[in-house]
Amino acid sequence: MTYTQLTVFGVLSVVALDLYVFKTKILLRRVFWTSYSIVIFFQLVTNGILTGFGIVEYNGNAIIGSSTPSDSSPAFIGDGRLVFAPIEDLLFGFCLVVLTLTIWVWLGRIGVQREPMSGPPRQSVKRFLGSK
Amino acid sequence: MSSMSKFAYVGVLLACLIGTAWLEYFLRTKVYRRTIRLFLTVLPVALAFSIWDAYAIAQGHWKFDSRYVTGITTFANIPLDEILFFIVIPICSILSFEAVRSARNWQAGDEGKN
Repeated sequence: MTYTQLTVFGVLSVVALDLYVFKTKILLRRVFWTSYSIVIFFQLVTNGILTGFGIVEYNGNAIIGSSTPSDSSPAFIGDGRLVFAPIEDLLFGFCLVVLTLTIWVWLGRIGVQREPMSGPPRQSVKRFLGSK
Repeated sequence: MSSMSKFAYVGVLLACLIGTAWLEYFLRTKVYRRTIRLFLTVLPVALAFSIWDAYAIAQGHWKFDSRYVTGITTFANIPLDEILFFIVIPICSILSFEAVRSARNWQAGDEGKN
């Protein structure tokens, strides 16, 4: 299977795990989507470093775009890439984050170190965030 | 420089750990304090993604520039750098998740009530 096919299979798998197997349903919660939008920003930055400098190089046969050039950076955007990384990496990252948080929340649900719960933020941060 | 460049990959991972560490203190995420739960989460995730990685490396989906990785290889030709990636990124994800929850006081479904 190509990387493209594997990421699609991966996304379907982690969605099924969250919604139907573990029934954690984090995908239906705003706490997930808010934190995921923060994670995806930093993923683009760090993955951009790993792929832009060619620390990790991709084979064009496995992705929508073409191979990482041996002597230069891949496209910043376009050719199946976003911030140097194959767009498949976004799905790969989604799988990694959703699987992680599904298991994390599931463990809490079954009572594995549910306590101490997170929060509240320190007073200094609270003022900055304006949270209740 | 050439001797330092092999820490490029793990350097990025270290930056991820440092960049999220403040959440544990300022937002009281209490992720590192829940060590057993953290370990039990990261272990299966790192295992599953290492298998994916092993397949991808064997199939030639991706490869690593030997100048920028430590050169330490684990099972199935997986660089140590990659194994660390599958440990560090889940930790950062959980910290982000618990930080948002702390900041917004939103429920995640594991509160043990209802």
